[in-house]
Amino acid sequence: MITKKLRKDPLNLIIIGVAGQGNVLISQLVCQALAKEGYLVTFGQTYSSNQRGGSVNNYVRVSKEIQCSPIIPSGAADVILGMEPLDTLRMLAQYGNPKVITIVNPRPIDVAGRVSDYPDIHKLIETIKSLSAKTWIINATEEAEKLGDAILANMILTGSLVGSGILPLDEKTMVPLIQERFPNDFDINMAAFNKGVELYQAVA
Amino acid sequence: MPDIDIDAQGTTLLLMGNEAIARGALEAGVGFVAAYPGTPSSEILPAIAEVARQRGIYAEWSVNEIVAIEAATAASLAGIRAMSPMKQNGTQVALDFLGNLAQRGVGAGLVLVTVDDPGSHNSSNEQDTRHVAKWLDIPMLEPGDFQEAKDMTRWAFDLSEEVDIICMLRAVSKISHTRGNVKLGDLPTRQYKASFPYDGAGRVGGRQRMWGIPHDVQHKKLAIAREKYETSPFNRYVGPDKPELLIITSGATWLYSQEAVRTVGLEKRVGILKLGTIWPLPEKLVTEHLDKSLEVLFVEEIDPFIEGSVMELAASQVPGKPQHTFYGKRSGHINAYGELSPDDVIKALNKIMGINYQARDPAYLKKVEAIPREYAVNRGGALCPGCPHRASFWNIRTALKLDGRGGFATGDIGCYTQGLLPGGFSVVKTLYCMGGSAGIATGFGKLGQFGFKQPVLAVCGDSTFFHATIPALINGIFNNSNFTLVVLDNTATAMTGFQPHPGTGRTAMGEPARAIKIEDICRSLGVPVEVCDPFKFKETTETLLKMMAIDKGTRVVVMKRECELIRGRRESPPYKVTVSPDLCLGDDCGCDRLCTRIFLCPGLRWNKETGKSEIDPILCTGCGVCVDICPQGAIKREVL
Repeated sequence: MITKKLRKDPLNLIIIGVAGQGNVLISQLVCQALAKEGYLVTFGQTYSSNQRGGSVNNYVRVSKEIQCSPIIPSGAADVILGMEPLDTLRMLAQYGNPKVITIVNPRPIDVAGRVSDYPDIHKLIETIKSLSAKTWIINATEEAEKLGDAILANMILTGSLVGSGILPLDEKTMVPLIQERFPNDFDINMAAFNKGVELYQAVA
Repeated sequence: MPDIDIDAQGTTLLLMGNEAIARGALEAGVGFVAAYPGTPSSEILPAIAEVARQRGIYAEWSVNEIVAIEAATAASLAGIRAMSPMKQNGTQVALDFLGNLAQRGVGAGLVLVTVDDPGSHNSSNEQDTRHVAKWLDIPMLEPGDFQEAKDMTRWAFDLSEEVDIICMLRAVSKISHTRGNVKLGDLPTRQYKASFPYDGAGRVGGRQRMWGIPHDVQHKKLAIAREKYETSPFNRYVGPDKPELLIITSGATWLYSQEAVRTVGLEKRVGILKLGTIWPLPEKLVTEHLDKSLEVLFVEEIDPFIEGSVMELAASQVPGKPQHTFYGKRSGHINAYGELSPDDVIKALNKIMGINYQARDPAYLKKVEAIPREYAVNRGGALCPGCPHRASFWNIRTALKLDGRGGFATGDIGCYTQGLLPGGFSVVKTLYCMGGSAGIATGFGKLGQFGFKQPVLAVCGDSTFFHATIPALINGIFNNSNFTLVVLDNTATAMTGFQPHPGTGRTAMGEPARAIKIEDICRSLGVPVEVCDPFKFKETTETLLKMMAIDKGTRVVVMKRECELIRGRRESPPYKVTVSPDLCLGDDCGCDRLCTRIFLCPGLRWNKETGKSEIDPILCTGCGVCVDICPQGAIKREVL
């Protein structure tokens, strides 16, 4: 069943974003695909109480040996996929290590109720880079808006994540899952996914 | 949501713990499920309701948890396997009935699922409901992974029937609300024929007695459960024959323990006894393992429940046996609060085993510590963009200020709990349980004779109104208590995932139902009732002021506007909202950034470069309510 090799066991992936950005969807698609490939997958989440505007942290753990716990130990992330830069940095601070690979959508989302202003985006991205072995900046929201809907940023980032080959997943594995998930909007979601693969190739 | 009723034994699905529990119930042939939504248990009932019709099951959202378990018990008495899932607070609501049910016995298998929330991610408090099983003398199981969540639920029905007692399955957030691999079992179909057999001796179904206090019989039942536990596959040991340290654990903490031991490479020195049958304790099995190691670490969340049980057992061992050293909450190695993680177990192992495992690279950690604080802020504490509660709290805030008598709001459980936080302008000052808002207000409202003069607004949601507010409201009216009940009616049990309730006009299985109007109930009680739209600031604030000014007896304001997330799913935004850069004066205005600093809708943001407010088009839902808060009229809405 298992076609591609896991680069590390367990492989720990964090997908982070703001509630409403659709980061749970990325996690679900990726987890489903990995389970189909025969891996033991654990998908944990923490989130704040508001359904829109709070942080949603998704922890995806992949192993051939054990059903991992839904919480990643500190400093043990292998890949962080951030839909929002500030949230990405918060995850790096807790789960980052010198080998971590970060994929980040640089589009900031303000934090309602913050006392101070949103940090300087360039400095923020520089900090993320300084804490990652590799950082791939994917302008997912910008490209999604070009495709007609900012929500497609999640499918773009799914494309970049799968396209990067960090996970033992093939781009082709994703097609039936995207079809199943979006029976009515398959074309646009597939276009977003392919755009993500392309954007990865351009920055890698 | 995956298709949980596929008849494909041996297939592996990635299921949420709650879905696995639902699947386990289906495999057990459950026929009747009743619940009230409470996260982290909320997904169990919908998973079953979704397939209920085709599988001949009945599933309902009950008005509250005690009614849910009562309804499920009726099915059990009539020979139908039944289940009632709830969160820890719900179990407390159901306790009065449960305390009686525990001593009565069952008809067909009856399972209570309680999901605890260590760390209070989705709760107003943190509690360990394992004590309920001990207190009520009922058997309790706890799944340690997703597969067990399914398998154990299935077995719980058998156990309940065999022992003739309600069986409790306790899970925690990190099992119920996370996903993992589950291999499906067979899916038998049951043909039920319900009837309620009774005789003249107080017996129903041939064995349950409805009178007398058969507490002794109950103890015998528990002894049978304990005997079954001794050989249960849900208890297992991994590790060396003679471990230097024995970890005793259960639930999600089993996963943390397993991972911690592997991470620090102590597999050959540390053994783990993972328990799945928690109450009563399988004493022979535990004794056998205690004999293998004199050092024991308990890893469990919230209270030292297993720790206490095992230490009690150890204290009653044959005199002269060597004494154990116990590590856990009592010794301070494991916290007696909050959610644990593999890190916590590693920390304990470091101390006990004299190792020095460091998770973080020191140079990296130094870089992390150098990150400016404003770069790593937490989100949260704000209501969703377009939320009608924000507008309701805005009205309450304005009315309380204009009234000027130091009034305040009491709150309870729902999205509107955020009325305690800046996102709800902190107008809410008390938070207890469902219905607690009106209940406590009836007390404040009777303090006039002691010189109490502050107006009290009790805030509750629509689902909460039906769940637990009605008795408190009637108490207030009966005792002529001086307060105003403000119902924030967004026609949804929004916080837990938009489940139907008696006001929504449909049932859990999607059937049409009479939509009970809150204002009709209140009017029938003969008190002043006003209904208003929270988006109409002037009118609604005036209504609140008028009601507060009555200053005697109980009155009701229903603030009615649909949850924006539900509206947004059905319709496109009503307005395109923009901030006119010409009209917004920024910090020169004197409004102190009312829209981005006080009103706190995530759809509005401050642009540092222009020094003015703007709309974030990704988050703005186009509700348009913020147009009415800007003193400059700089926020514009254009009908779409």
